[in-house]
Amino acid sequence: MAGLELLSDQGYRLDGRKAPELRKVQARMSVFAQADGSAYLEQGNTKALAVVYGPHETRGSRSKSLHDRAVINCQYSMATFSTAERKRRPHGDRKSSEMSLHLKQTFEAAVLTELYPRSQIDIYVKILQADGGNYSACVNAATLALVDAGIPMRDYVCACTAGFVEDTALADLCHAEESGGGTSLALALLPRSGNIALLQMDARLHQDHLSALMEAAMTACKGLSKVLDGVVRQHLEEVSVLTSE
Amino acid sequence: MLKSKTFVKKTRSGGVLKIVREHYLRDDIWCGSEVCKECKDEAPVLQEDACIESNLCSYPHYLIPDTNVVLHQIDILEDNLIRNVIILQTVLQEVRHRSATVYKRIKDAIHDKEKHFYTFTNEHHRETFIEREQGESANDRNDRAIRVAAKWYTDHLAKATDNGPLKVVLLTSDRANKEKAEQCGLIVYRCEEYIKSLIGNPELVDRLALTPDDQNEITGSKLLFPEHLPLSRIQTGIKNGMFLQGTFHANRDNYLEGTVFIHREGAVTNEVLLQGFQNLNRAVHQDVVAVELFPKERWVAPSSVVLQDDNPDDEDAEEDETETENKSVAAESSALKPTGRVVGIIKRNWRPYCGMLSQSQIKEATRHLFTPADRRIPRIRIETRQAATLVGQRIMVAIDGWPKNSRYPNGHFVKNLGTAGDKETETEVLLLEHDVPHQPFSQAVLSFLPKMPWSISEEELKVRADLRHLFVCSVDPPGCTDIDDALHCRELENGNLEVGVHIADVSHFIRPGNALDQEAASRGTTVYLCGKRIDMVPELLSSNLCSLRSNVERLAFSCIWEMNNNAEIIKTHFTKSIINSKASLTYAEAQMRIDDTTMNDDITKSLRGLNKLAKILKGRRIDKGALTLSSPEVRFHIDSETHDPIDLQTKELMETNSMVEEFMLLANISVAQKIYDEFSECALLRKHPAPPPSNYDILIKAANSRDLEIHTDSAKALADSLNNATIERFPYFNTLLRILATRCMMQAVYFCSGMDNDFHHYGLASPIYTHFTSPIRRYSDIIVHRLLAVAINADSTYPDLMDKHKQSALCSNLNYRHKMAQYAQRASVAFHTQLFFKNRGIINEEGFILFVRKNAIIILIPKFGLEGTVFFENKDKPSPHLTFDTEGPTLKVEEHIFHMFDKVKVTISLDASNIQHQRIRMALIEPVIPGVSVPVPESEPEAKKPKLDR
Repeated sequence: MAGLELLSDQGYRLDGRKAPELRKVQARMSVFAQADGSAYLEQGNTKALAVVYGPHETRGSRSKSLHDRAVINCQYSMATFSTAERKRRPHGDRKSSEMSLHLKQTFEAAVLTELYPRSQIDIYVKILQADGGNYSACVNAATLALVDAGIPMRDYVCACTAGFVEDTALADLCHAEESGGGTSLALALLPRSGNIALLQMDARLHQDHLSALMEAAMTACKGLSKVLDGVVRQHLEEVSVLTSE
Repeated sequence: MLKSKTFVKKTRSGGVLKIVREHYLRDDIWCGSEVCKECKDEAPVLQEDACIESNLCSYPHYLIPDTNVVLHQIDILEDNLIRNVIILQTVLQEVRHRSATVYKRIKDAIHDKEKHFYTFTNEHHRETFIEREQGESANDRNDRAIRVAAKWYTDHLAKATDNGPLKVVLLTSDRANKEKAEQCGLIVYRCEEYIKSLIGNPELVDRLALTPDDQNEITGSKLLFPEHLPLSRIQTGIKNGMFLQGTFHANRDNYLEGTVFIHREGAVTNEVLLQGFQNLNRAVHQDVVAVELFPKERWVAPSSVVLQDDNPDDEDAEEDETETENKSVAAESSALKPTGRVVGIIKRNWRPYCGMLSQSQIKEATRHLFTPADRRIPRIRIETRQAATLVGQRIMVAIDGWPKNSRYPNGHFVKNLGTAGDKETETEVLLLEHDVPHQPFSQAVLSFLPKMPWSISEEELKVRADLRHLFVCSVDPPGCTDIDDALHCRELENGNLEVGVHIADVSHFIRPGNALDQEAASRGTTVYLCGKRIDMVPELLSSNLCSLRSNVERLAFSCIWEMNNNAEIIKTHFTKSIINSKASLTYAEAQMRIDDTTMNDDITKSLRGLNKLAKILKGRRIDKGALTLSSPEVRFHIDSETHDPIDLQTKELMETNSMVEEFMLLANISVAQKIYDEFSECALLRKHPAPPPSNYDILIKAANSRDLEIHTDSAKALADSLNNATIERFPYFNTLLRILATRCMMQAVYFCSGMDNDFHHYGLASPIYTHFTSPIRRYSDIIVHRLLAVAINADSTYPDLMDKHKQSALCSNLNYRHKMAQYAQRASVAFHTQLFFKNRGIINEEGFILFVRKNAIIILIPKFGLEGTVFFENKDKPSPHLTFDTEGPTLKVEEHIFHMFDKVKVTISLDASNIQHQRIRMALIEPVIPGVSVPVPESEPEAKKPKLDR
């Protein structure tokens, strides 16, 4: 009968957050010893694992390599158990290849690829549990993994979604809010320079509201960058304590 | 900020899904009370001295109602006496799931600042959130959540006030819940107990809705109706075709009969007839029901009997006699209709009903029957202690339920509207029954009005065209205060004429999306009743800031044409402007100025120019096939002190009427073209579909009876043949024909250009049309103004304006409001006509036969614009010999044959035998038919009304 009330009159969302509030973000770096860099990140109930290999020589045909910079190779996948309904997800379906492409574009904008000509950087991300904002969780996890691998970047890449409900911009949508029928916008930002690495929006939105929505997404990304920065610093502290002994 | 998770399992389409949702718990949800220093609430809602005088609670207290109290006793919660109520989120969510209407009402109450209702988001509060325990049902969990929240409030307030007098009182209607709450040390009352204890307003007790356990006491134990099936079985039944779903429409004349209009598209049967008490099975008019079709041999024809439920006793007796009566009808007729019975109710569509109390014969009884004004609604049993005071009053009653062992539905008293027959009361009733929103504007709406004193700002002066130097004037009916159009005309240097139509710029004051806009959109139109106007926008705008009164500077939206002397448009120009009207004239004044050759001032010249052009325009329009139709319109002369109608006058049309009309039409058409060119998908237009040819049958027959021919192939042909259809020595004949032609027409409607492809306006013979010229009294015009403003870059757009689905939804609301406003207007005229005849006693008047029916003739009295029916059949007397001929159509009564348009003489009086449905009664005087017509009564005002023939 009545759909979900995404935003109550008192200004609370379904899960009790207020409009500009993010979900709880938790992350760990260096979760795998084998890979060059890895990270695990939770954004609320969305959980992502990112692994980075490289930079290394281009595998396969030489023709793929670029003479002036590194190639970034991304692969996105979702675990069969990541959604409410178990579903086999073959590699290379439309959705995941699109997502892979988006990730590739995002990181080509952020990684200093010109430092590694004729080489390749592999980024693998897997969604372990999906609860909205898969793309942003992937980007944030991959950023941490790249940092862990020691690959030079212009800045952190922070991504966040924002939606528009009842004339209010909501930051960091959960699955129920994403599927609630409103507009949803995904933004990947280089927070210090304020440059946008990727911006994606599928639904219709009136032009007048776009700036408000962008503003909300930017603020959310900046908030995220603080959290990520904290995670990196804490990780470094732990590592340096270990190595100094 | 803490965080926890709840795990919810849900099933969808058979499969079991595990859905995980986050649930954040917070520390920053405030209690919302003024006394509390701990909570950092900026604008606390709940007052410190929260006093509702009550025998039970002598201390100040806040109320916490539980879900069932909100659902069932919303009438009470809405009362102004009840204030400082805490609505818990748990309650609000449950209400939202269970009833959309109650949810809307409780939300309105929460938004009302005067009521001090506070919503406490207890589910996200760290200390009041509880998890569902093993084996606990969802309802029990919610009840516990309510108790926990109430407990929290009790402790919290005690701490905040150092055990001061302020307390929280939990209201519940569930005994078990009450006991548990008492164990926790809460102050808890049953809703009935609490309301009865209130000192302030004993009348509230009557508004208590009956809860299921109370109802058992009222009714007998005999089962009168078959049980309704549960919803799950209805749904499977509908799926496999056993049942049909549809909207139930009760028959106005026969309370034991109704029709269900089936929803499904392309169904074989789209109407199912229901007959008999058992088969109707407690369906009330407008309910959505599931019906089961009978096999063909049990199908019956609709009975033509008029049956009214006037059994005076409040007894659950069965009606056997009607069953037999229906059967006799069924046997003979061949027009059998699909017949069925109601097996279940899918959705009740009850609303509060207006009507009157029929007092029980037992003097001390508290249970009484209530007779709604709408005959399609069954009588309702209510419980009240103030029956004696309510007799003769118009009251409102809401239905609470209809148990299967009760002859009538049970309800409760909501509101007293006033003495029946009073002008104010009757107006209130007709507004309520026609669903016309007429409450005073809320504070939220008024807050969006411009601040007084208002003047035109510098920025406006910069962007608007300054037309203050032009000789603009307005022409309106006398006494008009909401002037939304003004005109001017002047000669240009090149010999052409410049004509301007200036419309009040309402969209400047009403900005999209705010409360004022929403209120106007929902009202849709201003409703004009006799001697009363229900405004669409607050009076400050309608009668002052937007009204283009003379000699004040006003903002306008102007449509300016350059025309040559043949009234051909050379250039059209739209602009927002500032004007200063030089004169507000009435039609008569304007006409006098035009006719008076001695007057040669600028305004008069301008009027003459306009008049000249209007005549050309009109001629051209009529050539194209525009119809001039007629309907008898009357105006009441209202006594300025008693507001009683003292005289009736048919509206007189002058040249100036048609002058103003002509330019309004021109502006509307020009604007319609412009906004359609600019926004082909979302322009709001108005169309008037051509009627199907069969609609004209009666008109053609009527004209044939006088040896005249009416061609209805096109609007043009119709217009021409109407013009030629005149009879010498019978000047009123043509008007009669035009009245008849009007009845053949379809209703003109608003629509969104993206949703339709037939734009034609039949009556005006225009390929495109809209409403632009009356934004003060029509919301459609405001939308058109906004579209036009965007089109000329004078204003910015907003999302809803460009959304054709939203626009189309708006159109259907506007169409509905317009229709209802028209009905309300007619009802108001009818009521005033009755008042008029009540004061007059009996009147003999000449009239014409407008229609001939099987057992009656319908007569129009031109002098009063009044229509009435003369019946030839009578319940008590043997009816005269009647022969009806459909070809004529003629009706032969004994020896006399009645044709359409025959002149007759009737006597008119007021039939007040049924105080709820007073009506005008007509009886035939001439031609004299023995046993049918009545002798000419003496026309004396104070005469007691004789029992007339019917």
